[in-house]
Amino acid sequence: MIDQYPSLILIAPLLFALFVFISAWFSRKPAFIMSALALGLSAAAAMGLLGQVIANGPLSYRIGGWAPPMGIEYYVDHLNALVLFVVSSLAFWNLIATRPDIEKSYGDKAPVFYTLYLLSVAGHLGIVVTGDAFNLYVLLEIAALSGYALLAMGNTRAQLSTLRYLFMGTVGASFYLLGVGYMYIMTGSLNMLDLQRLLPSLYGSPAIAAAFGLVLVGIFIKMAFFPMHAWLPGAYSDANSPASSLIAPMTTKVMVYAMIRMCLTVFTPEFTFKAAWFADGIVWAAVVAMVMGAFFALSQKDMKKMLTFVLISEVGYMVGGFWLGNRLGITGSMLHIVNDAVMTLCVFLCVGCIAYRTGSTKFEALQGLSRKQPFTMAALVIGALAMIGVPPTCGFYSKWYLILGGLDAGHYGFVAALVFSSLMNVILFFRIFEIAFFEPYGDMHGDHYHGPPHEKIQDAPWSMVLPLLVVAVGLVVLGLYSGFIVTNIIDFAIPATII
Amino acid sequence: MKKLASVTILLLGIMLIAITAEFPRWGDPQSPASTYLSPHFIEKTIEETSVPNIVTAVLGDYRGYDTMFETTVVFCAGAACFFILGAFRREDDDQIRYFRHKDTGVVLKVKPNGTRPNSRSDFERIDPTWTPYDFIVSRVASLMIPFIQLFGLYVVAHGHHSPGGGFQGGVILAAGFLLLALSHNLRTLSARVSNKTLGLMSASGVLIYAGWGALALLFGGNFLDYSVLGVLLGLDPIAARSMGILIVEIGVALTVMSTMVIIYNNVASVGAYDEGL
Amino acid sequence: MMEFLETVLTAKYNYWIYIILMMIGIWAMIAKVNLIKKIIGMNIFQTAIILFYVSIGAKKGGTIPILEHAPGHGHDYIMDADKYINPLPHVLMLTAIVVSVATLGVALALALKVYREHQTLDEDEILSHLSE
Repeated sequence: MIDQYPSLILIAPLLFALFVFISAWFSRKPAFIMSALALGLSAAAAMGLLGQVIANGPLSYRIGGWAPPMGIEYYVDHLNALVLFVVSSLAFWNLIATRPDIEKSYGDKAPVFYTLYLLSVAGHLGIVVTGDAFNLYVLLEIAALSGYALLAMGNTRAQLSTLRYLFMGTVGASFYLLGVGYMYIMTGSLNMLDLQRLLPSLYGSPAIAAAFGLVLVGIFIKMAFFPMHAWLPGAYSDANSPASSLIAPMTTKVMVYAMIRMCLTVFTPEFTFKAAWFADGIVWAAVVAMVMGAFFALSQKDMKKMLTFVLISEVGYMVGGFWLGNRLGITGSMLHIVNDAVMTLCVFLCVGCIAYRTGSTKFEALQGLSRKQPFTMAALVIGALAMIGVPPTCGFYSKWYLILGGLDAGHYGFVAALVFSSLMNVILFFRIFEIAFFEPYGDMHGDHYHGPPHEKIQDAPWSMVLPLLVVAVGLVVLGLYSGFIVTNIIDFAIPATII
Repeated sequence: MKKLASVTILLLGIMLIAITAEFPRWGDPQSPASTYLSPHFIEKTIEETSVPNIVTAVLGDYRGYDTMFETTVVFCAGAACFFILGAFRREDDDQIRYFRHKDTGVVLKVKPNGTRPNSRSDFERIDPTWTPYDFIVSRVASLMIPFIQLFGLYVVAHGHHSPGGGFQGGVILAAGFLLLALSHNLRTLSARVSNKTLGLMSASGVLIYAGWGALALLFGGNFLDYSVLGVLLGLDPIAARSMGILIVEIGVALTVMSTMVIIYNNVASVGAYDEGL
Repeated sequence: MMEFLETVLTAKYNYWIYIILMMIGIWAMIAKVNLIKKIIGMNIFQTAIILFYVSIGAKKGGTIPILEHAPGHGHDYIMDADKYINPLPHVLMLTAIVVSVATLGVALALALKVYREHQTLDEDEILSHLSE
């Protein structure tokens, strides 16, 4: 069974999604247990796979027993294995942490939510594990379609926001498909490793350059890279919390992974970073993304919406760090995929806990929250410190690598933007803490301030708070293990030609 | 904004047209796409899968993994439509309903929460915009539906030797159901195939596909390797591949058929499943 | 002139058609305010890409990729690679068609829900409703 880990990672959520949907017509009860079991299995298989890859190096898995490039293969190297483990375990943990919220928000339809949740996770995992360029498109669409459905349930704006996301998402996926088509017409192959072998003889051709451009634009739209980010804040902030705390940590990170895979595996680093003006242009776009994301976040009056703009800045970190084109920058970018996924999960879970009790995430609803929901606030403090990049939380280490990478590449604009956006994060989060810790809540009509009213701890249910605190502690633990991740996993994921 | 968009699109179009100069001639037998993988598929399909329809062989076996997720996409779309619009059970009595006496044509208007005629009585539910069924349309449709379904089954089953397969056959089967809904009304369809049945069929179609693939794991093969399942069917590995393709195609047809009807039901009635087109 | 016709127009015109269709689709998605028109534009866009892939598969003198029986013997097939067109793009596009149908279904469901909420499909009107 050990050599079947790669397939188990996907089969478990897929099959259980079907079981959940079938059982939904008879009883609502088993849906949660089955989903948790599926994602637990998937995460365990991913962990096993990661161990295998660390021990034995990259492996290939032939689906249907067909040799690539005839059939489809999974190609798992250090980077996929790491991202697979992160995605599957955070999806599992988010499910555990949001159960009361799911039951409350979706009621009767909770089993269908679980079905779509599992399909969405399967889609994202599939994007990460596959070694076939066309297969990536199919899984992209699974991830996207289930994501649209999950995000469509929320406040009154949710449907329109999701429809806009659907338009942008479809354009993105179609551009990707077109780019793959250009590669196919020029080479006749769809397998990533096979393309890596076939493409170098064609590197002079404008058609290949166009294919590269189209694929990148498609992926950039999907990951909400500035200036193609307009769909993200609405779609993520209007949805119910359980859906947004799944999709927000997962989608952008998986798409950054897809970009790295395209740039390093399908196209060689020599091709990707050959045109200095192109790589430089993308780094500058990332700089704009970081700065604009921070400014837009500052202008928000809703915590969830503010976090979606922070997310856009974070995408800027990862993309910019990668396109610096040196080892330190790429290390920072890969490490930040992991860290940002966990950080985003932490802060979105906090938002979920707050919304669960107060019903709103607007700033005025946060007054006095430190007394009402102390545990949630504690987790939020750690999440915020990680987002700002304070040691020993994990956010510090990836930002450290990114800054070193920026200095190494001599790209001071990137370094400045990174520092600037971290400082903006300080302002953003301390504004929230100010409201939550120091603004008294209750009546404040003129001079009729009656002192603090009776305080009662009314935190979200333990089943939500405990997993949240675990994630918050995880941020620190992840920070302490950063060195391990870099030396044992990420160092092997970057081709030796990059220095 | 609009002007900027038009200019961008125009430039993009010109750029893409300029790049077509790099492409091989249309229909060139020496193009990379035609000389790299395609000859292997054409020459080896019979030897490796014993299916003469190469598209079916590639779809069901060489790239069966794509197709499994393609079926999942269909299932996912059905589940998504249901999730966005539908409900498991709908008891809302907030609408005015109309009932028509079958013999006399007298129409009753029942207010929200009003007493409704017994469903087994001589009354039938009608839409507000009801017109009597066109005798010719409804009768011809009823006559055609069995043949449409039969043709759908033929297309599914004969995908190995002629154009066809699960997707095409499934859509034809669904067209039969939809013709019933269009020529009569949505309630007539729902009375024959309930939402529950459709939901179960939709999921079990993908289950047949993924389950058959996962079964291979137990027999020591990789995922979706039908050849190791020959033991189960009493066939040699090559014939088992051919048979495996048929089994997954049936799963595909089941999912596509029921999901098309689910999407129609949800979209046509905005999730109410009673009044529709 | 004839040479131009021969080497450029007849060799490439089908690629040009797909590009023009694709641009029409994107333009509709950007410029139209009605949500259903945007959805139609999206479908045109996806269909254009399908046409592109299908035209990759074309081969002069090739027939549909279903093996024909060799004359005379019952169980032999003609397996000449030049005789059949490339099956792979057709397989890929079957997937893409299904994906576009699925996306269309979900998009229509969302548009319906939006219409129910706002009684209009005009995006500008909906936005003015929402900002009130």
